[in-house]
Amino acid sequence: MTRLVASIFCGVVALIGCAGTTSAMTIEKIVSPSGIEAWLVREKAVPLVTLNYAFHGGAAQDEADKAGTANLAADLLDEGAGDLDSKAYHERLENHAIELGFQVGRDYIHGSLRALTEHRDEAFDLLRLALSSPRFDADAIERVRGQQLAALQRDSTNPNDLSSRRWWQTAFPDHPYGRESKGTLETVPRITADDLRAYVRRVFARNELKVAIVGDVDAKTAGALIDRAFGGLPAKNDLKPVADATPSGIGRRIVINVDVPQAVVTFGGQGIARQDPDFMAAYIVNHILGGGSFSSRLYREVREKRGLAYGVSDSLVWFRSAAVVLGGTATRADRTADALAVIEHEIKRMADEGPTPDELAAAKSFLKGSYALTLDTSGKIAVQLTQIQIDNLGIDYIQRRGALIDAVTIEDAKRVARRLYGGGMLVTVAGRPKGLTSSETTE
Amino acid sequence: MLTKINFMIIALVSAVASSVLAAEQAGPEIADFTLANGLELVVIPDHRAPVVTHMIWYKVGAADETPGKSGLAHFLEHLMFKGTAKNPAGKFSQVVARIGGQENAFTSQDYTGYYQRVPSEQLKTVMEFEADRMTGLQLTDEVVLPERNVILEEQNQRVGNNPRARLAEQIDAALYLNHPYGKPVIGWRHEMEELSRNDAIGFYRRFYAPNNAVVVIAGDVDPAQARALAEESYGKVPRHGAMGPRVRAQEPPPVAVRSLTLADARVEMPTLQREYLVPSFATGKRGESEALEVLAHILGNGSNSRLYRALAIEKQVAVVAEAWYDSSALDLSKFGIYGSPRPGITLLQLEAEIDAVVALLIDKGVTADELDRAKTRLIADAVYAQDNQASMARWYGTALTTGGSVNDVRHWPDRIRAVTADQVRDAARQWLDKRRSATGYLIKDVSPQVEKRS
Repeated sequence: MTRLVASIFCGVVALIGCAGTTSAMTIEKIVSPSGIEAWLVREKAVPLVTLNYAFHGGAAQDEADKAGTANLAADLLDEGAGDLDSKAYHERLENHAIELGFQVGRDYIHGSLRALTEHRDEAFDLLRLALSSPRFDADAIERVRGQQLAALQRDSTNPNDLSSRRWWQTAFPDHPYGRESKGTLETVPRITADDLRAYVRRVFARNELKVAIVGDVDAKTAGALIDRAFGGLPAKNDLKPVADATPSGIGRRIVINVDVPQAVVTFGGQGIARQDPDFMAAYIVNHILGGGSFSSRLYREVREKRGLAYGVSDSLVWFRSAAVVLGGTATRADRTADALAVIEHEIKRMADEGPTPDELAAAKSFLKGSYALTLDTSGKIAVQLTQIQIDNLGIDYIQRRGALIDAVTIEDAKRVARRLYGGGMLVTVAGRPKGLTSSETTE
Repeated sequence: MLTKINFMIIALVSAVASSVLAAEQAGPEIADFTLANGLELVVIPDHRAPVVTHMIWYKVGAADETPGKSGLAHFLEHLMFKGTAKNPAGKFSQVVARIGGQENAFTSQDYTGYYQRVPSEQLKTVMEFEADRMTGLQLTDEVVLPERNVILEEQNQRVGNNPRARLAEQIDAALYLNHPYGKPVIGWRHEMEELSRNDAIGFYRRFYAPNNAVVVIAGDVDPAQARALAEESYGKVPRHGAMGPRVRAQEPPPVAVRSLTLADARVEMPTLQREYLVPSFATGKRGESEALEVLAHILGNGSNSRLYRALAIEKQVAVVAEAWYDSSALDLSKFGIYGSPRPGITLLQLEAEIDAVVALLIDKGVTADELDRAKTRLIADAVYAQDNQASMARWYGTALTTGGSVNDVRHWPDRIRAVTADQVRDAARQWLDKRRSATGYLIKDVSPQVEKRS
């Protein structure tokens, strides 16, 4: 088995862990013959190639009365392209076990490809067809639309969906971020084939395309593959601007009545932009309050000490035009008020006092040490490299990240804790919580 | 702690393509050995990243619970994080967090597993902690009682709030007439509410021992080093003197077509779920499980599967139509079919179309193209899995706790390669017999609702 590229590349290109104890992973910046920039990691241990990419232009591009357009388009990209109808296209994928995926976020549409090395040309050809000449046949549109409507109908009584949907609607009224990417039962039926074609035409272009490729390929081959898939796309996209926004409704508490044994709680407030100088301090402080590990304050207070919930956490969420801190839990109806009181108390305590020096040191240690776990498969590496490009952090970010974490002082952490948690929260609850003081109640 | 209720092994099958064959043969050099106290150790080297996945799999699950104590295996899994004499509650998790590790645990009918993913130089640390809690767990009511509330909330979150999960529980209960697989892993609430510290400790002392466990280590480690570390840590835990064979009450031959209906006011999308009682890899004759794997793929995996093409595309009676098979069970396993009708189509109409698709496959068999595509897909999954050390560790751990061996896993691609069209048709004919099945209908409850929940 080959270690992920030896340190002889040091200094030529960005290198992870060059000075540290971790093994090296080389990221090469390459430019395809047609001029598309991509980041490449050569990986020879497993005979496969993994591609991840993102086009600027996600669900925020949808018209308000046609929310779900980007999402429906994404679901139809592999339902026939070029001369191949849905059946023929899927057979070509299946004959060589090629995996294509498309996922719509608010700002971007993300794509992934995985193929055995020997089938990579076929894989990139099929991707080109999906991106440049999707058919959007009427029967496929109606079939996939039917699936999406059935899922929306199903989710219309799901407490997780109800709570989350109401949170975003309230936080971002009259803004694209307030709408779900998957649209609604009212908007999805309105989407036409022309809308889908217009979305693809406006978004799939070379100018704001981010690409990461991992596999047993050299720079020349990778460049040729990238052009094979993306080289024929228009040079420039045609996007609508998305206005900057801050979450509204802070301080409100909204109960959505639905008859379930367990109430689902969503809470959140103003977050922090990825490019903000305080981002890393905020990231650390949030980890201490409610990050994913078993040692966060919320986990300890809500779950371990009181047994109020199976899970509780919060995280930073950032977009191009807004940022929020968002968390959630689920707890039985007669203890929902208790759980929410504990969460609000911990948020206030963090805002007032910040973390302790011990907590800060432990969080730094975790966040540095665990990063390698996000880079241990080809797929994870490709996803990370695409996100680092989207966030415009630079090809040496992985190398710099440890120092950025170390630079956060306890004073920074306290100041940023107040900034992040001092402003209050918007809370939505779906269920039949007992004894919960509600600022308003809706059915 | 996450609870993986249905921890289905990734289907891994064999190849025709040359590079795939090469990859399988080249694959990692897997070491497999047993310590003097009976602990089996499997090491899967992967040196691409400086991290290691360390898992311990106990050969005990929900199906080993005493009747009346449903949910106990999973409850104990949660309580295993509550500390030992040497390492008080929370210390193990704090150390894992401080070194930048991830940890979790899972429970199925047949196994209970714990894992940490850590920088490779920390392997020794987590092995010492894990060896310590193999026999050193200490529990007080102070930690047990809040944790019992946690598993009750977990039951609400996974099942109570989810009508489809409630239906699945009812189908399992109807499918298994005698075998404990008919009880949910999470437990029945009325029994979960009564689980005690003594129940947990008794179960722990009975089943947690080196000679009832497998340690799987995947990642940046070499087998000799792993073995030395295991001798120093796990090697010091004494063998359990009275570890009996895993014998559960078995199913009588199924004779009746079963069906049941769950009405819930929250149901906005009716669904049909069916399960057939079928062989697992462990119980099947040679090639049977592999044929079922290929059958499930052809019948119901993806847009070109028989069910989806017939029901969603051609007849347009379904929005979803799928089939699945779980090969990894110590005793008789399940083959499932799942579908949701289009608006205006009843569940009975949908069921008739499903039955027609199954009947056609039993009558005419599968085509050579279908067989090839299914094999290609399953084989590629075996290669794709090599990209992920955690997937590899789960794959081996699952096999070794459900009646398989390291060699069984390694040679699975060859066995899938050997599946013939006749075997697939025979598997359908023999096992997709409705008398072996339970079918559940999930419908909207339209009776007047009374506010009654507490």
